Amino acid sequence: MPASFGFSSTDAIRFLPEIVLIVMGTLLMVLDPVIHKRSSEAFGHISLLALAAALGGAVLAYQNPGPAFGGMLMVDGFATFFRVLVIAVGMLTVLASYRFLARQDAETSEYHALLLFSISGQCLMADSNDLIMVFIGLEISSIASYILAGYLRDDKRANEASLKYFLLGSFATAFFLYGVALIYGATKSVNLTLVRQAIAGQDAPSPVFIGVAAALMFVGLAFKVSAAPFQIWAPDVYQGAPTPISAFLSAGPKAAAFAVFQRIFMTALEPIGNGWEPLVWGAALLSMIVGNFAALLQTDIKRMLAYSSIAHAGYVLVALAARSDVGVAAAMFYLAGYALMNVGAFTAVSTLTGKGERYTSIDDFAGLGQKQPLTAAMFSIFLLSLIGVPLTGGFFGKFYIFKAAMESHLVWLTVLGLLSSAVAAYYYLRILVVMYMKEPSEATVNAEPLSPGLSLALILPAVGTLALGIFPGWVLEFAGKSSNLVK
Amino acid sequence: MNHPFTMNLLAVVLLLPLFGFLAALAVPRSSPQASRVWALAISLATFVASLGLLFWFDRGAPGDQFMVDVPWIAPLDIHFAIAVNGVSLWLMILSTFLTPICVLISWRSITRRAKEFYAFLILLEFGLVGVFIAQDLFLFYVFWEVSLVPMYFLIGIWGHDRRIYAAVKFFLYTMAGSVLMLTAIIYIYNRTQTFNYAAILEMLSSGKLVFAPGEQMLLFLAFFVAFAIKVPLFPLHTWLPDAHVEAPSAGSVMLASVMLKMGTYGILRYCLPLFPSAARACAGWIAVLAIIGIVYGALVAMVQPNMKKLVAYSSVSHLGFVILGIFSFTQAGMDGAVYVMLAHGISTGALFAIVGLLSERRHSLEIADYGGVATVAPWLSTVFLIATLASIGLPLLSNFVGEFLVLQGTAIANYQWAIYASLGLVLSACYMLWMYQRVIYGEVNPEIRSHVPDLSPREWAAMVPLIAVMVWMGVYSQTFLQPIGKVTARVLDQTQVNVPYRVNRAQPGAEVANAR
Repeated sequence: MPASFGFSSTDAIRFLPEIVLIVMGTLLMVLDPVIHKRSSEAFGHISLLALAAALGGAVLAYQNPGPAFGGMLMVDGFATFFRVLVIAVGMLTVLASYRFLARQDAETSEYHALLLFSISGQCLMADSNDLIMVFIGLEISSIASYILAGYLRDDKRANEASLKYFLLGSFATAFFLYGVALIYGATKSVNLTLVRQAIAGQDAPSPVFIGVAAALMFVGLAFKVSAAPFQIWAPDVYQGAPTPISAFLSAGPKAAAFAVFQRIFMTALEPIGNGWEPLVWGAALLSMIVGNFAALLQTDIKRMLAYSSIAHAGYVLVALAARSDVGVAAAMFYLAGYALMNVGAFTAVSTLTGKGERYTSIDDFAGLGQKQPLTAAMFSIFLLSLIGVPLTGGFFGKFYIFKAAMESHLVWLTVLGLLSSAVAAYYYLRILVVMYMKEPSEATVNAEPLSPGLSLALILPAVGTLALGIFPGWVLEFAGKSSNLVK
Repeated sequence: MNHPFTMNLLAVVLLLPLFGFLAALAVPRSSPQASRVWALAISLATFVASLGLLFWFDRGAPGDQFMVDVPWIAPLDIHFAIAVNGVSLWLMILSTFLTPICVLISWRSITRRAKEFYAFLILLEFGLVGVFIAQDLFLFYVFWEVSLVPMYFLIGIWGHDRRIYAAVKFFLYTMAGSVLMLTAIIYIYNRTQTFNYAAILEMLSSGKLVFAPGEQMLLFLAFFVAFAIKVPLFPLHTWLPDAHVEAPSAGSVMLASVMLKMGTYGILRYCLPLFPSAARACAGWIAVLAIIGIVYGALVAMVQPNMKKLVAYSSVSHLGFVILGIFSFTQAGMDGAVYVMLAHGISTGALFAIVGLLSERRHSLEIADYGGVATVAPWLSTVFLIATLASIGLPLLSNFVGEFLVLQGTAIANYQWAIYASLGLVLSACYMLWMYQRVIYGEVNPEIRSHVPDLSPREWAAMVPLIAVMVWMGVYSQTFLQPIGKVTARVLDQTQVNVPYRVNRAQPGAEVANAR
C-alpha cells in the first residue's frame, strides 16, 4: 500500500477513460430535466460522445503506459486492449438501444448513465493491479448491471432477471472478497506484484491458505464470466434483461471479468499454477459441455444465446488453462471476436422482439431472410462466426485458443472442446434454418425496417467479425505484444 | 510461363468467383435474369481462365506450378499460397467446367430467390477451387470449411421436401470430421512452426520431422476420418443419400462431381505423404471398407425406387473404387483412382443433370412415374444412354479407363480384392441399365407424353460438353494420365519415406505401360 495518495497529472492521464465516463454519466443525470423535454434521443448522442471521448482517453493513456496511483492501477497494452473492447461494446449497445428504448417507451437518462458507470467499472477492472481495485471495479460494474437487467420494470421477466442477478452476484462478490481477505492475511498485501513476490518468495505462506484463497477468488470470477458450474443465473438473466442489455452483459462485464481473471491468475497466482490449472481445466470442459448441450434444447433465442455464451466462456477458460503468454493472447483475441459476434447476434435479435419483447422464440425468426435480408445476412455472419466457420473472427479465435492449448499439451481438452463446438453447430444452424428455409412468421412480417442506428449496430460488428477472421494479424500482433503481463 | 500474366493466372481463377459472388450480391433482387446471366458470365470467364492454366501447364513436371505465395497472417506465418500439380489441375478444371453447366441446368428450375441461388453457386466454386489449389494447411482448412456454407444453403433453401434435415445432417457430419482434422493440423503446426505443406514434406523426407508410430496413427486417423466422411467411405456414407436426393440438381451435381473428390484428393495429397507408415498399416482395413462400400452401394442402388437416390448410392460404389485404388499403393491403382475421380465427376454430373431435366418436366423423381421417354424425347434419351454407359464403365467412355486401372493396381496388391471389387462393375451394369430401361422404354405414360419435351438449345449447351469429355476421356486418356502419373509417382515415392518395409514395386514402368 503506498504511503501517500498523491495525484499527479500522469496518474490523471492514465485514469482518463474512467474519469470521462464517470463525469459524463453524472452529467447525463444532472441534465436530464433540461434535455428530456426536447429530444430523448439526445441521451444516446451524449453517451456515444462520452464513449468516444473515453476511447480517446484510453488511447491517450496508452501513450503514457505504466502504473498509476502508486501501483494500484497498471495501464499497459493488456489494460488498453480491454478498455477499448468494453468501450466499443458500450458504443454498440447504445447504437442498438435507440430504437429499442423508443419502442418500449422507456427512454431515460438513467439507462445511459448506468451504462456509462458500468463501463467505467469494467475499465477499472481492466487496469487494476490491486485486489481492492479489482473489487471496486467489479462492484461498480455489477451494481449498475443489476439495475440495467431489470430496467423494464413492468416486465416480470426483467424483475426476475434483476433479482436473480443481484442475489447470486452478491454471493459471488462475497466469495471473491473472502479470497482477497485470505490473501491479505497470508501475504500482508493486496497488490498483485507484491502478492506474487510473497507467494514465490523464501518464506512463502502456507500453500493451503493461498490455495483456499485462490479457489474462493476462482469461484467469484467463474460466476462473473458465467462458467460452469456457476452458470445457473446466466440463462434467466440474459433472457429477462432488455435485449440490448443482454448483448452488453454477455460481452462487456464478461470480457472485463476475464481480464481480471487473467491478471490475477497469470501474475499473482502464477507460482501456484500447477494447483489451479485443474480447476480451470475442469470448469472449461464443464462449461463447453453444459453450455453446448443445454443450448441444443432451447426454444427461446435469448436463452439459447445465453447457453452459447456459457460455452464460449469455456473456450476462453481453455486458453487460460494453457497457462502461457500465447494463451493470454489467444484469450484476448477470442474475447474481442466473441464480443463483436455476440453483441451483433443479440442486436439482431433485438430488431425483432417487438414491444414488450413478445417475439423471442426461435420460430419467430422464420422467413427473416426474405423480409429483412440485411438483418438476416448480418445475423448469419454472427452465427457462422459463433459456429467457428473460417474467415470469421470466431474461427480464428478458436483456432488460436486450441493452438495455445495444444502447445501446453492439453490435447484431450482440445479434442473434446472442438468436438463440443461441432455439436454447437447444430443449434446455431437451427436459427439459419428458420431464417432462410421457413416461411415468414407473424413477427418477421410485421418487423419494422431498420433504423440507421440499428443498421450501424449490425454492420459494424459484422465488418469487425469478418476483419478479425480475414486479417487477424493486426489484433493478433497487439495481443501477442501485450500478453506478457507485468509480474 | 514466367510472364506476369501466367504467373498470376491461378490467382485470377480463384478470385474471379469471389469477385463474382460479391458482385452478384449487388444485383437487384427484382431481376432474376440478370443474376443468371451474371453467374453464367463469371463462371464461363473462370472456366476460360482455367483453360489458360491447362495451356501453359508443364505436363512433364511433377511439382507444383503457377505458385502464388503472399504472406497472409504474419504472426503465425500463415501464407496465402496456391499452386497446382497434375492432379489438382484437373480437379480444379472439373470444378470450373461444371459450374457453368450447373448454371445452365438451373436456368428454368430455380425461380425462387434466384439471386441468392446463383450467388451461393459461385461462392461454392470459389471454395472448391481453393480446396484443390491451397498449398498452406491453414488455407486448405479455410477453403475446406468455406465450401460447406454455400452447399448448406443450396440444399437447405432450394432442395426438396426433407431438405432441412439433409442440409443440417450434411453440415454436421462434415463439421464433426473436420474439427478432428483441425486438431491434427494444429498439432503438426506446433511441431513444425509452419503451415507450408511443401516445407513440412521437406522436413519429413530429410528426417527433421519424425512422427512416432502411435502419434502418426492418431494424426492419420484424424485426417482420414475427415476425408472419409466427405468421400464418403462406408460406413460414414449415411449423409450422402439424403443430401443428394434433397439437393436441387445443381447442388447434386456439384456435390457428387466435385465435393466428394475433396475427400479423395485430401487422402491422396495429405494422408499418404504425411503419414506413410500409418497409411500402409491401415491399408488392409480401408480396402475392406472400400470393397464393402462398392458392393453395398451397388446393391442398395439396385433397389431404389428414386432415380436420384439410385445415382447417389452408385456414387458410394464408385468412390469405393477410388479409395481402393489409392490404398493399393501401386502406380496403376493410384492413376486409376484419380482417373475415376474425374470420370465419375463427369458421368455422375451428367446423370444428375439429366435426372434434374426429367424431374423438371415430370415433377417426379420416382422411376415408376416414368416410362417410354424415348418416344417423346429421343435426344434426351440418347444423352441419358451415353451417360449411363459411361457410368457402368463401357470401353471408349470415361469410367472404363479408371476402373480398369484401379482393378489392375488392386490385383497387383491383392488379387482377392480385385475379384470382389469387380463385382461392383457387374452390379453397376444391372442397376443402371435396369433404371434406364424402366424410365426410357416401355409403355408411354400419358403424363410423359404431355409433359416431356426434348432437349432445348440451352440444355443441349449444357449436355454436349459433358458428352464430349466422356468420349475424350474414354478414347484419349493420355491427355489426362500423363500429368496425373507424374504426381501419383511422386506420392508413391513419398510413401516410401519412414517405411520400415518397401512395398513390391516390381517394374513400375512396365505396369503403367501395360495399363495404357
